[in-house]
Amino acid sequence: MDLRNPFLLASGIWGESGESLAGAWRAGAGGVITKSIGSALRAGYPNPTIETYDHWGLLNAMGLPNPGIDEYPREIEVARRAGATVIGSIFAGDSREFASLAARMATTGVVAIELNLSCPHAEGYGTEIGSTPEEVEKVVRAVTQVTKTPVIAKITPNTRDSAALALAAERGGAAAVSAINTLRAIAIDVRLRRPVLAHGIGGLSGPAIKPVGLACVWQIFEKVSIPVIGVGGIATAEDALEYIMAGARAVEVGTQVTFDGIGVFGKLSDGLSHLLDELGFARTEDAVGAAHRASAPTTR
Amino acid sequence: MRRVVPVTDRTLETPTTVTLRFPCAEPAEPGQFVMVWFPGDDEIPMSLSYTDGPSKGVTIKAMGSTSQRAQSVRVGELVGIRGPYGNRFDLSPRRVLVVSGGSGAAVLAPAAEQARSRGSNVTVALGATKAPELLFRRRFEEMGARVEVSTDDGSEGTKGFVTSVAERLLADEPFDAVWTCGPEVMMRKVVAAAAVRSVPVFCSMERHMKCALGMCDACSLGPYHVCVDGPVFPAERLSSVPDFGTFHRDSSGRRVPF
Repeated sequence: MDLRNPFLLASGIWGESGESLAGAWRAGAGGVITKSIGSALRAGYPNPTIETYDHWGLLNAMGLPNPGIDEYPREIEVARRAGATVIGSIFAGDSREFASLAARMATTGVVAIELNLSCPHAEGYGTEIGSTPEEVEKVVRAVTQVTKTPVIAKITPNTRDSAALALAAERGGAAAVSAINTLRAIAIDVRLRRPVLAHGIGGLSGPAIKPVGLACVWQIFEKVSIPVIGVGGIATAEDALEYIMAGARAVEVGTQVTFDGIGVFGKLSDGLSHLLDELGFARTEDAVGAAHRASAPTTR
Repeated sequence: MRRVVPVTDRTLETPTTVTLRFPCAEPAEPGQFVMVWFPGDDEIPMSLSYTDGPSKGVTIKAMGSTSQRAQSVRVGELVGIRGPYGNRFDLSPRRVLVVSGGSGAAVLAPAAEQARSRGSNVTVALGATKAPELLFRRRFEEMGARVEVSTDDGSEGTKGFVTSVAERLLADEPFDAVWTCGPEVMMRKVVAAAAVRSVPVFCSMERHMKCALGMCDACSLGPYHVCVDGPVFPAERLSSVPDFGTFHRDSSGRRVPF
């Protein structure tokens, strides 16, 4: 999979309409990942679906809203007509449903399929079927048996051993893994004595989770030989390079769009080029996993 | 950041429309909106109908289940407020035609008020289904705007749609700008009528909204997001949006016709 730059639009951000995906592409994203699409229309949870904080984070429980795989390909088509490199995200309740969805998604012209094995707040989906290596391997294998389109398994951090899940995805035939999805989280209003989000439990994203994502990518990189895509709290080019040095070949950016607007993609890819130059890396690839190769710290 | 505050005042504006006031110290401008959460129920985007001072207000017409429930909210009840969000009306035009359909007057009244206080001339084409549903008629009159009324059933003013009143006014008088809010089909007609005379139109738009932060894409409208690029759009931006006046998106993101 060739990307014009390493910055992908993360799933769930600007992914409901083809026009928005095209907009993210025009703003400089290296590729755009769709909202997670399921077999049938799903309205998602009622509001409040969001709790805002300062620029350190964002809590959401959207509830996987999507118009279903029958309806959604028109949006992909709109994005593709604008020239965008589109990755299709899908979610399902079991390996059979994943396989049939993936087969449909593969016909839409997407360059890869990302499996949502990690949404922390949807009963019967996401983390609930992506938190054991056995399930992850079974789902990934079922999907890779029905399509030649490269498969990316998006791994949850809400588990003891994310690297074991990534390894399972590799065994199942995944072309890459992405990590992490949001961290399971909740907000409570003390005056109302109730959770803020309609769904109660949600997922935390934004700069607060970057160190967690980095640790997952670090450990996954040490276990698998397929490419790793880093996600979680990337706000600056330096954040992205941290992920790259931890082992990521590409990164996904989501929450920062709420703080900087979609122009963040142009800023990040320009910023990374300058930073790589400054640090003496000829190409992004040269920096992948660089932190793992560090010799003993210099204390002079 | 969401703040949970008590409703400090409740006014029934029409048989189906209520104004709720609440403390909100953040500065706000006409055109902006807040996300209003009725705990135990939904959180909905509402344009501010009162933007001045520490007590802001929203004016809610009973449409869906949440706006229905909002009608019976009492003084002292707690609501969650996020915002103000979004852009504002440019208040500089000297001769403004305001075209309001139904509850559209909620966002147009504070804009007209501020325009009047800056010395602009304001003419209001105020439309409703029937006489008791004419929203903010007295408020428009008290600010010194000229008000032309229309009702679908002819119970007051011109019988028929407010667009025909707007078309007549545009044909008879010069305006520097048109501000409109109401059903999208209505706004499209207003845009078309004003375009003939090269009068710039600004539409306050509505879409299903979730995050209000320009992230979730629920309120996407062509290449725009109503929450951060709007809610006020110059008509020339909307002319390239095929969905304007024809399609919106439901909670799942599916395009559905109006």
